[in-house]
Amino acid sequence: MGHVSRARAFVADAERTRWHDQALWFVRAKRDAAADLVPDWEALRSEAAAIKREALERLPELWIEFEAQATRAGAVVHWARDAEEHNAIVARLLRERGVTRVVKSKSMLTEECGLNPHLERQGIEVVDTDLGERIVQLRSEPPSHIVMPAIHLRRGEVGETFARTMGAPEGLDDPDALTALARHDLRARFLAAEAGITGVNFAVAETGSLVVVSNEGNVDLGTALPKLHIACVGLEKIVPAKRDLPVLLRLLARSATGQAISAYTSHFRGASAGRELHVVIVDNGRSRLLAEPDFREALACIRCGACLNTCPVYRRSGGHSYGTVIPGPIGSVLEPARDLVAHAELPHACTLCGSCAEVCPVRIPLPQQLLAWRGVLAARGLHPRRRRLALRIAAEILSRPTALRLVGGLGRALARALPESLVEQLARPWTRERALPPLPAASFQTLWKRRQATARERGLPARSDAREGDGDAG
Amino acid sequence: MKVGLFIPCYVDQLRPEVGLAVVRLFERLGIAFEIPEAQTCCGQPFATAGEREQADRLGRRFDTIFSGYDVVVTPSGSCAAHVRRHGGDRSSDRIGGRGKGGTGQRTRELCEFLVETDALRGLAGRLPRRVGLHASCHALRDLRQGNPSESREPPRVEPVRALLGALEGIELVELARRDECCGFGGLFSIEQEAVSCRMGLDRIADHERAGAEIVTSSDVSCLLQLEGLARRRGSALVFRHVAELLADALAPDATAAEAADGSR
Repeated sequence: MGHVSRARAFVADAERTRWHDQALWFVRAKRDAAADLVPDWEALRSEAAAIKREALERLPELWIEFEAQATRAGAVVHWARDAEEHNAIVARLLRERGVTRVVKSKSMLTEECGLNPHLERQGIEVVDTDLGERIVQLRSEPPSHIVMPAIHLRRGEVGETFARTMGAPEGLDDPDALTALARHDLRARFLAAEAGITGVNFAVAETGSLVVVSNEGNVDLGTALPKLHIACVGLEKIVPAKRDLPVLLRLLARSATGQAISAYTSHFRGASAGRELHVVIVDNGRSRLLAEPDFREALACIRCGACLNTCPVYRRSGGHSYGTVIPGPIGSVLEPARDLVAHAELPHACTLCGSCAEVCPVRIPLPQQLLAWRGVLAARGLHPRRRRLALRIAAEILSRPTALRLVGGLGRALARALPESLVEQLARPWTRERALPPLPAASFQTLWKRRQATARERGLPARSDAREGDGDAG
Repeated sequence: MKVGLFIPCYVDQLRPEVGLAVVRLFERLGIAFEIPEAQTCCGQPFATAGEREQADRLGRRFDTIFSGYDVVVTPSGSCAAHVRRHGGDRSSDRIGGRGKGGTGQRTRELCEFLVETDALRGLAGRLPRRVGLHASCHALRDLRQGNPSESREPPRVEPVRALLGALEGIELVELARRDECCGFGGLFSIEQEAVSCRMGLDRIADHERAGAEIVTSSDVSCLLQLEGLARRRGSALVFRHVAELLADALAPDATAAEAADGSR
């Protein structure tokens, strides 16, 4: 089952689709309003784009600098080639210290690596502490959005989940009451945790420090209480210097939720006495993408989710329809790089409206990249056979004006002669929800020629050089 | 200035009255033009489908056919954007002739052309109707005709709005989402039929809420998508290409004759 069928299933619930679309449009509108308040919004985007591109250019040297600085500050740096290595490193660190209870703040990287199930198999309990993440964790679902993991759920559904998993009273759907319940439940888990795992928004080469943003304080609580902090960071998160942070942080919060600044911006550098900070740097396919000129810019992504919020397809198909860790436009560019065959439908889950490229704070040319994937799909013969054949025939017809006019004319004549219901049947799926346009008896070229002939009869000068006698049947 | 008109393949076959409206308009404005008979398709559907080879082939055909013109004008923001910008392969100068002096550089969407040449100066057209303008994504975000709602760039002229706004009596209704996609997207409309229709229906609802009588656009493809959905639901909305509105407003005499021409 691919995106098409999952999206169809989502859209079938018109009420949920409407509500999902409006919830995300609301966030898009907040982003617009926040952008209005920054005098040089577009210049800021350009600056961020330049910073992230420089970082990609200098990626190896920047990470080496980071490692030296972080180590000097007292952190321990680990390198993971792929998800397995990442999971093994984290599991080993926890095992060696006898840790069985872990709190984890939001991290798409650990989702990508499947860290939770890996640790759970070893008897280690992992509690996601971001409220949205916690809700989907309790439902055994993946996040449907990279910033708002539970945006696909209504509060009633959250209430049902809490009733089932936390013994909350049935029918509870008051957001404040639900949040209080989750907070109470999480607080005990924070206190019991022996280690905190976090993601990373920016790793600063100059200082060897890590920046993590959040809105719920769970990052600080989850790293301040336990003595062990493991930060998992993707290879694309490096930035050259401290001075780059204000640019990126201003854009991140505004693009993500329309906030001027995230409620918490936590900086980590080294570890104080008696505590440990481990940084696990993960490649997992990123260096391969870096070598692809058509797609490398996708590594500039700062995971704000703005392209998801603005995408008219994402808003109406839901994050789960993508079947990937990262959904939406950026996911449709990144995920095919991992497995093109499995995600062959994603580059086509897009009308090329271009809205994503306009909101992207680091100016990733998402529509061009989706188009490039379509080209790769075609070149590797991964489009359905029927589609390829139909397009080849269409191209042959369109290469010959006589053929176009003949086929077009016959088609229209036939459609006009046959009963409407039959024509609609033949024109499916276009006509499942759409009426066929009234088909003209003659094509433009035919009408144009007629018009010129009439003009000549009246002795008016003809304006066209159109040559006559091309056997025009349409 | 030698002007070549490109009437896209689907307009030729499905909405000839749009092509005729451009002809009427140009005749009224005294713009000399030619319509090369060999023209068919610019290659866009193949480029967006990912089939670059076929897009290239049709693109080269397009280049050859329009090589002798100073300007290529087309009543389609989408086709103009393809020829000008995407060309199936952004790195290739062959397609759409993106290089210096190539057809890519010389191709103009109709409204853009009319505004750039100030063709309607001194003409007073009248259209006393409430009109909803459906922004063509490609005219707006690819050709930068105006500023998309996401962008905070300095204001730009939006040719289609400028032309319609100059008509006497017209009321351009205020949409809740002024530039959301109609959901057509070429093969997307077939392959992602369910999402495509949802997107189109949402646009129609926006126009209806805003009180539009007529929905117009610089792209026939968007209009075919919206019209199909609206007609099936018995909506009273009328869908007309901006060339038709301008031609009716500026060259009203010809309208009746044209309608009687049996083009439908």
